[in-house]
Amino acid sequence: MSTYLVRRLVQSIVVIVGVVFITFILVHMLPGGPARAALGPKATPQGVAHFNHVNGLDQPLWRQFLSYFGQLLHGNLGFSYVQNQSVASLVGENLPRDVLLVGSAYVLALAIAIPLGLFQALRRNHFSDYAFTGLTFILYSMPSFLVGFLLIAVFSVQLQIFPSAAPSGSSIASILGDPRALVLPVVTLSAISIAAFSRYMRSAALENLALDYIRTARAKGASTSGVVLRHLLRNSLLPIVTLVGLSLPTVVAGALVTEEVFNFPGMGLLFFKSAQVQDYPVLIGFSLFVGIATVVGNLFADVAYGVLDPRVRLVAQPS
Amino acid sequence: MMDDTLRDRTPATGAPESLAPAEGEAASRQGNWRAFLRVFLDNRLATAGLILVVAMLLFCFAGPLFYHTQQTKTDLLAQTLPPSHAHPLGTDSYGFDLLGRLMLGGQSSLEVGLASAFLATVFGALYGAISGYAGGALDSAMMRIVDMLLAIPTLVLLLVISAIFRPDLVTLIVIIAALSWLVTARLVRGEALALRDREYVQAVRLMGGKRWRIVMRHIVPNSIGVIVVNATFQVADAILLLAVLSFLGLGLPPPAASWGGILSDGLNYLYDGYWWLIYPAGLAIVLTVVSFNFIGDALRDSLDVRLRGR
Repeated sequence: MSTYLVRRLVQSIVVIVGVVFITFILVHMLPGGPARAALGPKATPQGVAHFNHVNGLDQPLWRQFLSYFGQLLHGNLGFSYVQNQSVASLVGENLPRDVLLVGSAYVLALAIAIPLGLFQALRRNHFSDYAFTGLTFILYSMPSFLVGFLLIAVFSVQLQIFPSAAPSGSSIASILGDPRALVLPVVTLSAISIAAFSRYMRSAALENLALDYIRTARAKGASTSGVVLRHLLRNSLLPIVTLVGLSLPTVVAGALVTEEVFNFPGMGLLFFKSAQVQDYPVLIGFSLFVGIATVVGNLFADVAYGVLDPRVRLVAQPS
Repeated sequence: MMDDTLRDRTPATGAPESLAPAEGEAASRQGNWRAFLRVFLDNRLATAGLILVVAMLLFCFAGPLFYHTQQTKTDLLAQTLPPSHAHPLGTDSYGFDLLGRLMLGGQSSLEVGLASAFLATVFGALYGAISGYAGGALDSAMMRIVDMLLAIPTLVLLLVISAIFRPDLVTLIVIIAALSWLVTARLVRGEALALRDREYVQAVRLMGGKRWRIVMRHIVPNSIGVIVVNATFQVADAILLLAVLSFLGLGLPPPAASWGGILSDGLNYLYDGYWWLIYPAGLAIVLTVVSFNFIGDALRDSLDVRLRGR
C-alpha cells in the first residue's frame, strides 16, 4: 500500500508539472499577445515593448517557463496583468464561491440520485423504471444553458419565485445571506449530475442484485428493507464514491456555463474573462489548481475504493 | 476512469468475460448476432432512438430538397416574425426562415457530432490498443500523456484552441475530437491489457505475427463492443459540446448555422415571449442527443452477455 502511494504521488507530480508545461505552451500560442489586450487598441509600440519587458515576455519561451516554474516552487503564482491582484488572491476570492455553488449542487444531486437509482433497480423494467430512465436521459441530454434558461423562464419570469441572477455579493457570507438567489443555479447544475449519478447507482445496484450474497441474505429470512439497506445500498455505493472523487476537479474549475447564465462570479467566469484578455498568469494558475484537484480526486477515488472494497488490492506494479 | 491503477479488480463471482464471442463458429456467431439484435430491439427506448435519429437525418439532409428557403441573405424587414403560413416556424433575428434554418443547422450539428466522434474513436482506439498491447515503458509514457491532457481543464483546451483557429466546420470537428479521444483511449487500453494475455493472442505472437497485425486484427476487433458503445455516447456528447461552444460565442459564425447557435441566439429573446426561437431548436438538440444516448445504453446492455435472456 505505501509503495503504491509513493508511486502514485510521483506519477501525480509528473502529471501536474506536465499540466503546467502544456498550459504554458498553449497560452503562449494565443494570437495577439497580452500586451495588446491589456493596453488596449491604442497602445503605442513603445508601450507594448515596455509591457513585454516588464513582464519578461521578451525573453525566450524556455527561459520564461523556467522563471515561472522557479517562482511556482516558491509558492508564487504570479500577478494578474489586468486585474490589480495576485493570482493567489483572485483564486482565494473565487474558489470558495464555487465550492459553495458546485458543492451544494453535488450534495443535492447525490441526495436525489442515490435513492432514485436504487428504486429504479428494484423496479427494473417496470413502468416507473422506464419513466425515470426517460426523464433522467432527457435531463442528461439537455445543454446546461438550456436547463438554466428554462428554469429562469418558469420560476423567475412566470412564477417570480426565485431571482434570475445569482447572489451579487462577493463574500460567502453575503451569498448565504440571500440563499434564494442560489436556488436556480444549484438546481441547474445538479440536474445533469442527478441523471449521471442515478444511472451509475441503478446499474451498480442491478449488478449487485444478481450476486449470491443477496440471495443468501434473502434465504436467511432477512426482510426486504433489511437486504436493501444493509447489503444492496452499501455495496452499490462503491462506484458513487469513485464518481465523487472524480468530480472534485469540477468543484475547483467551476461551472462556466451556469456561471455565465446566472452571472455567478466563480472560477469558470474568472478563467473565461482572463482568456479574453490573455492574462497568462491567471490562466496558468487556474490550470494548476484544476490539475491538482484532478490528480487528488483520482487518488482519492482509487484509495477509497481500495479501502472500501477488500477485493481490490492496490498494487505498485508498473503501469 | 481509473483503470490504470486498479489492476486487480477481480469480482467474487466470475469476472465479466470479454464482450465479443469467444468461440468463432459461424453458427454461434449468428446466434450471438441474433441474440444481440433481439435484446437491442426489445429495448423500446433504443428502437425509438434509432427511428428518431433516422428521422432527424432525413429532416436535415432531405428536408431542404422539398422545403426551399434562402439562408444566406439577412432580411431585416422579416426579423423575429411569429409562425405564419409563409414561415411555419417563424423567422429568427436575422430574418431567416426558422424551419429551413433548423434543417441547415441540423446538418452542421449532425456532421460535427458524427465526424468528431468517428475521428476521436479511431484515434483513441488505436492509441489505447497500441499502448495496452505494448505495455512497459511505452504504455506508461502514453498513458501519462493521457493523464496530463485529462487533467488540463476542458475549458482551457477549448478556449485556447478555438482562439487560435478560426471556427469553421472542419476546425470544430477536430477541436471536439481532440477533446474526446482520451476516454476512448483509456477504455480500449483496459481491454487491450486483458486481451494481450489471452491464449489466442499469445498463439499469434508465437507464430511470429507482427505486432501491428496483432493490434489491428485481434486487439481492436475484440474490443469492438466497448468501442462502438463509447462512439455512440461520443456523438451525443459532441453535439452537446458544439451547442455549448455556440453559447460561449465560439461556434460557427453566421451565415453558417447550428442548432446550438440558433438556440443561444433565441435565448436572447427569452423575455420577449418569442417561443419559436427557443423551443424548436432546443427540442431538436435534446431529441437527437437523447436518441444517441438511448442507442448507446441499449448497445451496452445487449453486448453484455450477462444481461441477456433476463
